[in-house]
Amino acid sequence: MFSYTMRRVGLLIPVLLGMTFIVFMMIRAIPGNPAQLILGQQASKDAIETLTKQLGLDQPWYTQFVHYLGGLFQGDLGMSLKTRSPISDEIWPYLAATIELSLVAILIAVIVGVNAGIISAWFQNSWFDYAVMLIALIGVSMPIFWLGLMEQYFVSIKWDLLPTTGRDNIRMPVEAITHLYLIDTLMEGRFDQFIEVVKHLILPGIALGTIPMAIIARMTRSSMLEVMRSDYIRTARAKGLKMFWVVYKHSLKNAMIPVVTVIGLQTGLLLGGAILTETIFGWPGIGTYIYDAIQSRDYPVIQSGILVVATLFVLINLFVDILYAAIDPRIKY
Amino acid sequence: MAELAQSTPPLNNPPVMEQHDDKVISPWKDAWRSFKKNKLAMVGLGIVVFFILIAIFAPLLAPYGFSEQKLADKHLSPSGEHWFGTDEFGRDIFSRVLYGARISLWVGFVSVAGSVIVGSALGIVAGYYGKIVDGIISRIFDILLAFPSILLAIAVVSVLGPSLRNALIAIAIINVPIFGRLVRSRVLSVKEEEYITAAKAIGMKDSRILIHHVLPNSMAPIIVQGTLAIATAIIEAAALGFLGLGAQPPTPEWGKMLADSRDFIIQAPWTVIFPGLAIMLTVLGFNLMGDGLRDALDPRMKS
Repeated sequence: MFSYTMRRVGLLIPVLLGMTFIVFMMIRAIPGNPAQLILGQQASKDAIETLTKQLGLDQPWYTQFVHYLGGLFQGDLGMSLKTRSPISDEIWPYLAATIELSLVAILIAVIVGVNAGIISAWFQNSWFDYAVMLIALIGVSMPIFWLGLMEQYFVSIKWDLLPTTGRDNIRMPVEAITHLYLIDTLMEGRFDQFIEVVKHLILPGIALGTIPMAIIARMTRSSMLEVMRSDYIRTARAKGLKMFWVVYKHSLKNAMIPVVTVIGLQTGLLLGGAILTETIFGWPGIGTYIYDAIQSRDYPVIQSGILVVATLFVLINLFVDILYAAIDPRIKY
Repeated sequence: MAELAQSTPPLNNPPVMEQHDDKVISPWKDAWRSFKKNKLAMVGLGIVVFFILIAIFAPLLAPYGFSEQKLADKHLSPSGEHWFGTDEFGRDIFSRVLYGARISLWVGFVSVAGSVIVGSALGIVAGYYGKIVDGIISRIFDILLAFPSILLAIAVVSVLGPSLRNALIAIAIINVPIFGRLVRSRVLSVKEEEYITAAKAIGMKDSRILIHHVLPNSMAPIIVQGTLAIATAIIEAAALGFLGLGAQPPTPEWGKMLADSRDFIIQAPWTVIFPGLAIMLTVLGFNLMGDGLRDALDPRMKS
């Protein structure tokens, strides 16, 4: 197990280096003079020269790359051109917002998806099964930005049930400690604020969670169906065990192994979807951070934002691989 | 296969082994038979054909031009005259949705075709020649796959500049490693077959072996993956359009239409409902068709 983990971590290093290189090359691949593009047509020559120096564009690319890597190792993510402050100082609140949203989305997806899949398999070919499979089919084809807009229109605007945008009620803003608002509000003992934060999380959470939910439901169902055909399940039923325990205890344990992989993969993919969800729900996460940076051509922020999200994605995938090896003792690596 | 090719242009790659005696059932005919029996797959095929026809005949079907403005008629609700209502410039949404099919299908087919060509070429080279070449190409695939796909697309477009063409290029790039890996693994397994040894023994050139034996053997999974990739490509193009990184006005791209209309969702919800429905239906069609093709063409990929 330990050597497997170390081998997986070892494989990661070239990938991380390659990723960093691609992100590093982004700004250099811009046709023409990047500094000119960032500052616009009316920029003075001095300003362009200063920015070129600040971005290190006046040096050969390999020197720049070594410099860039060295900076990264010291936690230096560069300077935002817009706010003129170090990105590493201002990125955490955004990242925390994205992590909170993603965790809630995957939680919704797992709870609903796994149970829907189990019950579908249990009552195979019932109307419930057909309904779940139909919804799952539509779910995987859903453009999340459209789903988000529809939620806003029906739930927030028409029926006025939940807030449209933001993370908290602006009339009673949350005082950030960790920037994970669910934890912050509990730490401060403000249950009224906690409820507000939960209310704000529901719609974007569902929008972001729908695709993984659909995929998890389908995976759970087919995995359960396979396990429930096996001999030990027949034995369990033959000895008179209640169907509920056969399904939720005996079958689920083995059926969950492929599902865990899917859950892990989907958690990673959520990070991509989060960018779209955030722009719709005015969620101040890393997606919004990158999106705003694109609008204002703040290339260092685009670069570092992408690098941080991609690194997180790689680490989640690593964690899933190791978890997979750990929970299934039959797999030997 | 003849019928399949007629009804679904994306599959129009004539397989090499098609010239069989009529009495012999070729694998392609067999696949089409089991595809026909799959109801969901046929629904998917129906949806896809429907949107392809819309895309082709958009100018004939659309009652108005896609950029025809009539400010007096802004935000009209759906009626006999404007089936899907009008937008903030008084443009007919029904017509714009019809023309939008052209753009989305175009991006879907062309970007995936690009990824298939580049991906297969790289995959064949990596799988067939192995060693260092394989090592380099496979590492590049690993690195590209290490990014969440939409993020990589955003990165590419923010370098190239926002436009429909650049969005298409970005989507093609992010799909290259998917096909590359797929073809590479097929090549690795085909390479060990005895008929390849035989072909080598009679002095067949590498390039001929690759084109006549290895590539046809990779066709089935490429078609399956390609169909599913078109679905993703359409969503990604719409997502880039929605973020303002894809099609630019007045192009009636579905994602861009959503982005432009979202501010008016309270007064004119139809401006947002219909383009989104169009995206969802098209994607659903390709997904259903892809699932059906997988079951029909590649029994090994069945779960």
